[in-house]
Amino acid sequence: MQAVADNLFKALSDPTRRAIFERLSREGEMTVRLLTDNSGVSQPAVSKHLGVLKQAGLVRGRHRGRETHYSAQPRALAPLVDWMSFYSRFWHDRFDRLENLLKRMGP
Amino acid sequence: MIDKPITTTATRSVVIERELPHPPEKVWRALTEGMLIKEWLMENDFLPVAGHRFNFRSKPVPNWNGVIDCEVLVVEPNKKLAYSWGTLGSESVVLWTLVATSGGTLVRMEHSGFRPDQEAAYKGAQYGWQKFIGNLERVIAGLE
Repeated sequence: MQAVADNLFKALSDPTRRAIFERLSREGEMTVRLLTDNSGVSQPAVSKHLGVLKQAGLVRGRHRGRETHYSAQPRALAPLVDWMSFYSRFWHDRFDRLENLLKRMGP
Repeated sequence: MIDKPITTTATRSVVIERELPHPPEKVWRALTEGMLIKEWLMENDFLPVAGHRFNFRSKPVPNWNGVIDCEVLVVEPNKKLAYSWGTLGSESVVLWTLVATSGGTLVRMEHSGFRPDQEAAYKGAQYGWQKFIGNLERVIAGLE
């Protein structure tokens, strides 16, 4: 589970990968060639990014003819949502403890 | 006092603001003196010196040794404190801001999940987290 979250964070820490993921989310299934056209990034670079996204489960490839069609897998984002809810609870609890400590510290 | 939790998926961060009835100097001590930090946060070897690397240590749990690798990034006494927060391969930043109020101190903590962005190369666009997460909300909402 933790390895899954690590891959996800790593994959999404790069703005180019986020842009590719978002484009696939918005425009549906696309080939590497389509993703590369007018993108300002080389095809090998796009392929490499797709590989990282795939490893994180954010993207799925489907072979059709000689080309692979990639699509976004938004369900893979769940650990990101978990991260925020975990730290929200964590810091609320720590704020309570900080407040208690300050009361005990005296002036 | 009044709590203002802001933890929406639209912000990429966890932000907590709370007004505490104590002066900034006292809150600062609680945030920067190792023995006091231990009382409310975790065991540590923190020093209020920019560039200082330290650890927070909590009880190990399955799949986690309980160690958080940190580096002090910003120290502005009684005003601002920031450190990186590295754990389980992910890097984030915790930023504390203190503002004196008539009744004490407004304490704001922002824990940002990711380091600030470089510019996106792809399609020449700037895909900041704010925008990305904003768009994601719609995607996630669509899953339900």
